[in-house]
This record gives sequence, structure tokens and C-alpha cells, in this order.
Amino acid sequence: MSTKAKARPATAPVVFTANRLRDGRVVWFGAEGTWRDRIDGTTPFAPAAAEEGLALAQQGERDQQVVGVYAVEVDPAGPTPLKFRERLRVQGPSVAAEAA
Amino acid sequence: MNALTPPQYARTYRYDEIDREFLQERIAEFRGQVERRLAGELTEDEFKPLRLMNGLYLQLHAYMLRVAIPYGLLNSAQLRQLGKIARRWDRGFGHFTTRQNIQFNWTKLEDVPAMLEALAEVDMHAIQTSGNCIRNTTTDEYAGASPDEVVDPRVYAEILRQWSTLHPEFTWLPRKFKIAITGAPHDRVAAQVHDVGVLAKRNERGEVGFEVHAGGGLGRTPIIARKLRDWVPEAEFLAYMEAVLRVYNALGQRDNIYKARIKILVRDLGDEFTQMVEREYERMPRDKYRLDPEIVAAIAAHFAPPPFAALDDQPLPEDPEFRQWAEASVRAHKKPGYASVTISLKPIGGIPGDASAEQMEAVADLAERHSFGEIRVTHVQNLVLPHVRQEDLHALWQGLRAAGLATPNIGLISDIIACPGMDYCALATARSIPIAQRISERFASLDRQHDIGECFINISGCINACGHHHVAHIGILGVDKRGEEVYQITLGGSATNDAAIGELIGPAFSYDAVVDAVETLITTYIAHRAAGERFIDTYRRIGVMPFKDALYAPA
Repeated sequence: MSTKAKARPATAPVVFTANRLRDGRVVWFGAEGTWRDRIDGTTPFAPAAAEEGLALAQQGERDQQVVGVYAVEVDPAGPTPLKFRERLRVQGPSVAAEAA
Repeated sequence: MNALTPPQYARTYRYDEIDREFLQERIAEFRGQVERRLAGELTEDEFKPLRLMNGLYLQLHAYMLRVAIPYGLLNSAQLRQLGKIARRWDRGFGHFTTRQNIQFNWTKLEDVPAMLEALAEVDMHAIQTSGNCIRNTTTDEYAGASPDEVVDPRVYAEILRQWSTLHPEFTWLPRKFKIAITGAPHDRVAAQVHDVGVLAKRNERGEVGFEVHAGGGLGRTPIIARKLRDWVPEAEFLAYMEAVLRVYNALGQRDNIYKARIKILVRDLGDEFTQMVEREYERMPRDKYRLDPEIVAAIAAHFAPPPFAALDDQPLPEDPEFRQWAEASVRAHKKPGYASVTISLKPIGGIPGDASAEQMEAVADLAERHSFGEIRVTHVQNLVLPHVRQEDLHALWQGLRAAGLATPNIGLISDIIACPGMDYCALATARSIPIAQRISERFASLDRQHDIGECFINISGCINACGHHHVAHIGILGVDKRGEEVYQITLGGSATNDAAIGELIGPAFSYDAVVDAVETLITTYIAHRAAGERFIDTYRRIGVMPFKDALYAPA
């Protein structure tokens, strides 16, 4: 289980991210309760519901669907991660045609 | 000859049937582990150490497979196979690293056993490219070709490979362990910033021995290595290396990952570390470790010179564009009529160290045609064809140009080392590659690059310093500041005989400002340089203040 999952309490809405077990691709988890390829359209958990969301997301690890679940604070519009690292995780490498 | 048959004269390590059998067993074992993981029979906590022992990381966007290229040597069949792997199981690219290895950035877990099978077909694997073990030994990319070579380091790099592969005592070291070895007086392997740096040399009787340095390293705590011994006789080489590793293995700080590398132990113990190694060495059963001259000779035979023709040196053709490339890329060879060629993997605006499948295949073809089927990977993330007839240089250049591999910038400001950074790496705190791309675009003019002269820019995307920023003339370190990327600059580093750790010049620059900052450093150098001075020479003469003033003075 990811140690990142035990990060500090959320102060902004959150979605969860992980890598898909089979191919390693980045996936996203919102209040819809399913892992998706894209963050667009996922519904963030309110900060107060972040722990509950984490428990749901971590079921994906127990089910061997995903690896390394952790919470990502987002601007609900989009939603868009607040930190650059996770914005890069959304868009893929910024550098090459191969990234498309 | 089929695609997997190594060229007749290429000088690389040789597997025997035992090696091949072991690899097949190891692949079958890992195939079973992957299947159990995918079936949910292994958790990630159980599987992670198993995948890492087979070179498989989980990075920011996907799994990454790091493949070992022993001391940076490839034959054309191997490079062609790497191209095939890139095309079939990645996105058509591979990334050559500062450890002379290659990484595939878009690996799918379910494909890895098949990728390992493909590697084994050409006697390659991904073992010991991760974990707290002895990693790939690196060496001089001009080994066996350079006029200044005293001892062929490939022979001893191969001995180290055989000794360190699956060494049961050193599989769980306190931390990873990296060895570099050179056999030339000019250090082209960054020996003094490795866990152990070895300089192979000869005494007045012509016997081979080794100057051994230990405790160098970059990362969070950059340190120049300490010389342990000026001379270790050839026969005692492995005994002495074993003694160094034993002391480290016993005393390395396993409870703190930031203090677990040998550099911290050597720094803290100082001369006592040297004495402990000597005591360990003295009490070892030395006969057991003695390097038999017959074994050394047998390995040396694998690296015997290819069948060079008796040639005279040739004048280069007049073609100005060719000459510009040759000036940057062609290096003197110890045999008359031959040259070594460095192939830049740094096209202007490109990703340092990346090569497409087509480019790998093109270089494999050109190596067969012009360099006895041999290719080297450099720690500066370029490739080398070590043995090219001077009369073939023009044809080789045309072949490279057709493959987009004739950028004439070796040793110039756009020949940048850059780690994958946050574009790929899960540990990174900032991007490296786009900074390298923007700098090379800013200095795209070859006339300007030649005017600037030799200037090494290295970029790391986190404090682990895979981009060797500490030892660059201009080092750039990307860090996270409240969720955004900023870049610190160090000046005055060096990775060669005069190894030095660069000095942090001041507050960090934003992503948008860092290329302008590099430009300011270069214009300051040009304003102050004396005739014939490189950037590093000017920096050492005038010190940091003029550069600092230019960067931070109020407008």
C-alpha cells in the first residue's frame, strides 16, 4: 500500500490517482467510484470526505487493479490538480511526440 | 549472418552456455512472478523487490525497464535488438543514461517477460540495474582506441562484471554501489565521483596495477572520492575490491537512506576507513581471490584489437559542412588511418540521450559497415563508433546525417547531460529535458557554440543528481517550491582529473527565467575571458562574483 496515501489531511477537494497494474498507465478515481483513464469529468471528494474516498480508492489496490494510490488536491473546475507534478501526470510528458 | 548474430570482430563480453542457461531460468522465474502478480497472488509489497531485481521500476506515467549495457559496450546485433524492443514494446524510442545503460519508458508489465527474452537472445538482461547491489561498471568509451590509453579498461571492467554479477555477499548492500574504471591518464569516466573509481596503470616494469579511489558521489551530499591506494597489483585487484566492499557492507549506515552510501562512511571515518580496508585485505585468504594471469589473458583475448588494416592518416575532404561535423565529432585513434567517432544524441531541441528505433538500427548498420560492428554508449549520453577508417568518415557522416544523427556539437554548450526529470521519473521534483531543449535552441547557432567553446551544462530534476549537475561547468538542479518548478545553478564543477563540485551561485530561477540566466552566464564569460580560455578557466580565474553580479544585480 502506498505510503503517500497517508499524507496530511486534505485542505482542498481531492481525487485519487494510481498506476494501473497491468500496464502502469496513470488512472484517476473520483466520487463515481471507478478508476478512469482521464481526470476530466471525475467528481472530487470534499476535504471532509477525503478519508472515505481513500478507503474506496484503496480497494483498487486490494483488487490488484492499481498500484500506489494517493490523494491529489484539485481545483474542482476540470478538475485540475493544484501541484505541477500531478498536472504533468494528467497531460503526460511535456517534451515529445512520443508522449502523445 | 542473421540479425541476432554478433559481428565477427566486435569486442564485447562473451556469454557461455552457463550464462545463457541462467538467464533463461531467471526469465522463467520472473515470468511466473509477473503472472502471479497479475493474477492477484502477489501484492505490490511482495512483488516490488522482485521487479526491481529485474530492472523494472514504476515511474510517473508507466513502468520503466532499465537494461544493463556492460561498461557501455554494444555490438551491432545488440543495438539492433534494442531498436526492435523499442519499436515492439515501447513507443519507438530508448533513452541512453549517464550510467551507459538504456531505459524504456513505456513498458507494460505484461510485456516484460517477452522483452527479457528478446534481450537474452543477444546476451543482455536487466539484472542489477536497480537495488542495493553493485550496478553496471562504467568505463572509457574510447577503450581500445584512444592514443592515450595505458591499460585497456574493458578487460578489468569485464572481470568486475563477472565478479559482481550475483555476488552473494553484495546483493543486499546498505545502498547501491557504482564503480567506474579508466585505463587512460585523462579521466573520461568521472572516476572521482563514483563509489569506487579505479585508474588502471602500469609501473616501470610494464606491469598492470590499479589506483583505487573510494567514497565519491553526487546526490544530496556531493563528495570527491578519497584515494585509498596508489597501487594494487593486478593479481590482488579483486581481493582489494572485496575488502573495500566488505568494510562498507559491514559499516554502511543502513538505517538512514540519506547516509547509507559509502561516501558518508568514507567521509566520516577518513583515514580510518583506509586502514580498515587494509586490515581486511591483509586477513583475507588472498590465494582464493588471486587473479590468475591465465584468466586475465583469456579475457584480454576477447578484447584483442580487431583486424586493423595498415593505413596512413588521411586528409579530410574539403566539404565545409562535413569538416564542421568532423571537427566536433572525430577523435584521434591509436592506429594510423583510423579515428573514433562520437555520435551526438543531442539534436538541437531534442531529448538528450534519446534514440529512435530507426536510429538504433541505422547506427547498427553503420557500425557493421565502418567500425567492426562495435558501438559504445557514453556517460554523456552519446554513442561512439570506436574504430572508423579515416577514408570512410565522409560516407559515415552522410549515413549519420540521413538518420538525423550528425549534429556537430560534441563538447559544446548544446551537448547537455539531462536526466529524465519529472517528465518521466517518479522521484523528480522538476523537469530537466525541456530545460535542455530550450538551452540548445537558444544556443542553436553553431558559430556561436564554437565561439563559446567547451562548456558542459548538466541538468538534474532532483537532488539525486542523475544528471551529474554538481560536476558541470554550469549545473542546473530543478527543485519543487510550493508545487512549482524552480532551478538552482551551480558553477565551476568538473568530472575529470581536476574533479570539483560546483558552487551554488544564489537563489533559484523560475522555469521561464532559467534559460535567460544561462545566457547571462555565457555573456559574462565572454566579456571576461582571456585568449584561449574555456568557460571553466575563466570561472576559476575570476571567481563567482562577476557571474553573481550579472545574475542578481538590480536592473
